[in-house]
Amino acid sequence: MLPLILFYLFATVLVLAAVAVIVSRNPVYAALSLVLCFVTSAAIWLLIEAEFLAIVLVLVYVGAVMVLFLFVIMMLDIDLEELRAGFTRFAWLGWIVAGVIVLEIAGVVLTGKLGIDVTRGAAPLPANYSNTQELGALLYGRYAYPFEIAAMVLLVAIVAAIALTLRHRPNLKAQDIGRQVAARASERVRLVKMDSEHRE
Amino acid sequence: MITLAHLLTLSAVLFALSVAGIFLNRKNLLLLLMCIELLLLAANFNFVAFSRYLGQLDGQIFVFFVLTVAAAESAIGLAILVVLFRERRSINVEELDQLRG
Amino acid sequence: MNQTLLLAIPMLPLIAALIAGLAGKAIGRAGAAAVTIGAVGASCVLSCVVLKQMLVDQVPNYDGTVYTWLVSDGVRMQVGFLTDRLSALMMVVVTFVSLCVHVYTIGYMEDDPGYQRFFAYISLFTFSMLMLVMANNFMQLFFGWEAVGVVSYLLIGFWYTRPTAIFAGLKAFLVNRVGDFGFVLGIAGVLYYTGSMDYQPAFAAAPEIATKSMILWHGHAWSALTVICICLFIGAMGKSAQIPLHVWLPDSMEGPTPISALIHAATMVTAGIFMVARMSPLFEYSPTALSFVLVIGATTALFMGFLGIVNNDIKRVIAYSTLSQLGYMTVALGVSGYSVAIFHLMTHAFFKALLFLAAGAVIIAMHHEQDMRKMGGLRHRMPVTYWTALIGALALIGTPFFSGFYSKDALIDAVHASHRYGAGYAYWCVLLGVFVTALYTFRMIFMTFHGPERFDHHTSEHFHDVGWDMKAPLVALAIPSLIIGYLTVEPILFGGYFGSAIKVLQEHDVVGELKAEWLGPMAFALHSVLSAPAWLAALGVFTAWWCVLKRPQVGEALRERFSGLYRVLINKYYFDWFNENVLVPLALALGILLWRGGDQTLIDGAMVNGSAHAVDRLAGATRLLQSGFLYSYAFWMIIGLAVSLGWFLMHI
Repeated sequence: MLPLILFYLFATVLVLAAVAVIVSRNPVYAALSLVLCFVTSAAIWLLIEAEFLAIVLVLVYVGAVMVLFLFVIMMLDIDLEELRAGFTRFAWLGWIVAGVIVLEIAGVVLTGKLGIDVTRGAAPLPANYSNTQELGALLYGRYAYPFEIAAMVLLVAIVAAIALTLRHRPNLKAQDIGRQVAARASERVRLVKMDSEHRE
Repeated sequence: MITLAHLLTLSAVLFALSVAGIFLNRKNLLLLLMCIELLLLAANFNFVAFSRYLGQLDGQIFVFFVLTVAAAESAIGLAILVVLFRERRSINVEELDQLRG
Repeated sequence: MNQTLLLAIPMLPLIAALIAGLAGKAIGRAGAAAVTIGAVGASCVLSCVVLKQMLVDQVPNYDGTVYTWLVSDGVRMQVGFLTDRLSALMMVVVTFVSLCVHVYTIGYMEDDPGYQRFFAYISLFTFSMLMLVMANNFMQLFFGWEAVGVVSYLLIGFWYTRPTAIFAGLKAFLVNRVGDFGFVLGIAGVLYYTGSMDYQPAFAAAPEIATKSMILWHGHAWSALTVICICLFIGAMGKSAQIPLHVWLPDSMEGPTPISALIHAATMVTAGIFMVARMSPLFEYSPTALSFVLVIGATTALFMGFLGIVNNDIKRVIAYSTLSQLGYMTVALGVSGYSVAIFHLMTHAFFKALLFLAAGAVIIAMHHEQDMRKMGGLRHRMPVTYWTALIGALALIGTPFFSGFYSKDALIDAVHASHRYGAGYAYWCVLLGVFVTALYTFRMIFMTFHGPERFDHHTSEHFHDVGWDMKAPLVALAIPSLIIGYLTVEPILFGGYFGSAIKVLQEHDVVGELKAEWLGPMAFALHSVLSAPAWLAALGVFTAWWCVLKRPQVGEALRERFSGLYRVLINKYYFDWFNENVLVPLALALGILLWRGGDQTLIDGAMVNGSAHAVDRLAGATRLLQSGFLYSYAFWMIIGLAVSLGWFLMHI
């Protein structure tokens, strides 16, 4: 009974936070609401005993991605009023599409077309079961190659992000140590021979 | 007892909200990216739920990959956004119409 | 038979034509003449060798492919030679007359700036004509057919600064197109029924095709073979200038006289005759088509002769005579007397070329004066020309022992012996034609060579007889005009000369009937004194003498008396008037209708530009969807997702 109460609690918070994400005026609030979404989602995943992913979600998303979002939001000087103009212009279409999609998913779930009983609970796990250990075995076993590819994807994304944002400023007054070290005396010192001045 | 139906319904609501969010925040590139994150979260919810209720861990592995790709996507998306802002001093999607036919 | 030898016969004139035409400046006038005459001379000698091989050494016919041009859907388009006695005879006639004309041209075109061009053209013509007669398939026949047409066009318009020459060339070309249309349809018919372009399969299939019928329009079934033969003959009508496609031949006299002799009298215009004779295995099975041939030929033979009587242009008189004689040959074809037709073709080639060249000599001597009313009494000034022209004229009217006599009398007898539908009409036409032929021929001779000199003082002073370069061909042609009939009538008509080259069914064999009464050329000539044609010819000559020399005012009086008839004749039965005022405007109107309505509106407007406009409009509509806004693409994606999910739900 307790998990169900907790589920409803978290679910309510999750939905409210999601609503806050899409309607809040300030992107900072939206980002923070999204963080709340992720945290409550992680909590629900803990409830259904998917501990590893719950932790990963908090660590990766809340710890990395959302921080990145906040950095960007705060770095950029965004004209919020301009972006808010005509906010509700396509809202009707959005709600219709959203409603249609909900009905469709509900149709799949409720008509039993999935071929499984959606009303039953999950089979209880054994006492010494470790979600992390099992996932690790799969990830480094059967999914070793996809795992490597995922690593490559991340690497490429890092390189791409840096490459995109890298900026060459032409008039930057900075030291170039390499050139300083490579400099020769002949390039730096010019010996000038001058006649002495004659006094009248 | 939390049943599969609970989770699927929650995920559907989440998905619908994010779709509505894309329509609402159509001009704000930053919020569009956030809505996509929300969309992916809804999808991940389904993966986790089915994985748990069908007793197969492969669904969770898939969530792992989705997270990876989503992280990469938001990193690059934000990088593009920064470059864009540097160029045009705006992230208004309505001004990005150079590809108009 | 040696294939290289056969290949050399048409190729030598072609090579000479290319040298004279493309390198004319480099080799000069004498060079061009020497190259082409040498090539045509060699061709002539080789043709004689071929004929000798066939006659003396009894070499079998050659029927082989030299080169395959293309193969499309089983139809082979090839260059191939069929050498039998028919084509061998034609090759000798063509190359011999061509050689004479080449030699004659040296003098005739002496001061023409287009000297080398002219030699190139006539050599090219010789090549084309040889390809035509040597063909063993319809493809090559058609090639030769069109090639001689093109060269004819080039030569009629040789003096391209004269508007009349350009008009005449164009007219000849266009009228021949009408005939060629029929010809192509005929070839298509053969191809349709036999699946082959070669002669032999078509000939072999003729009895079978004769049993088939085709429906040309609703409810009227025609014998397929009759349709094919009539279509082929329409081609022959164009090339051999039969009514109503004859209108181009008189106008073609705008070309230089050697051309009139070579192309428009001796060789090209007989291509139609040759073609029908070659196709005798087809025509034999279609009496309907042969009756058509007969009636057209008879009408041409008589009514074109009438026109010769009223003309005063010396070349035009001979041109109408040519039309009339072609009509005679066609009549012979119509009664299944193919060998007689070819025989007359051969004799006619010699004496008509002779007459044209003689007329050319007169024209040159008179400084390009062609009007006979300004001539007269020339027999003293140019005796060689006079005597050779007289031989030609006597041969033409069918004087006993001359070559024309044997061919023409045999022809008339053949028509008389025939029971084909239309033969009665044809008999009276050709019989009356003898009188008409004699009348206009001797009217021309008398007006030109006899009587008082009617030309002015200036012409008289500058008059100069032509040189031996022009007289030699006259003599060379006069000899065969005189004797070739006597020598060859027996083998060609009754000695089975043609063998398998010409096919005549037993029940149509009029020549076979004549053979029963044949007693030899001498007896044939002597016997003719008692027959109608000889007397009619004599009457014609007498009438001509009476009207031209004895009582010149009689002609004038007749003209006054029958002014209506005279007007019809001088206007050439209004054929030209009809073509220019009815057919051409109608065709023009149809063309404009198709151009404006069909081409510009329907094809260009509705289809070509229309499809482009449709794409343009469609693109204009879809362009509105491509707003360039990121979010609109996102919207469409999501809507698409929702729709496809719905579709998936329906069909799960």
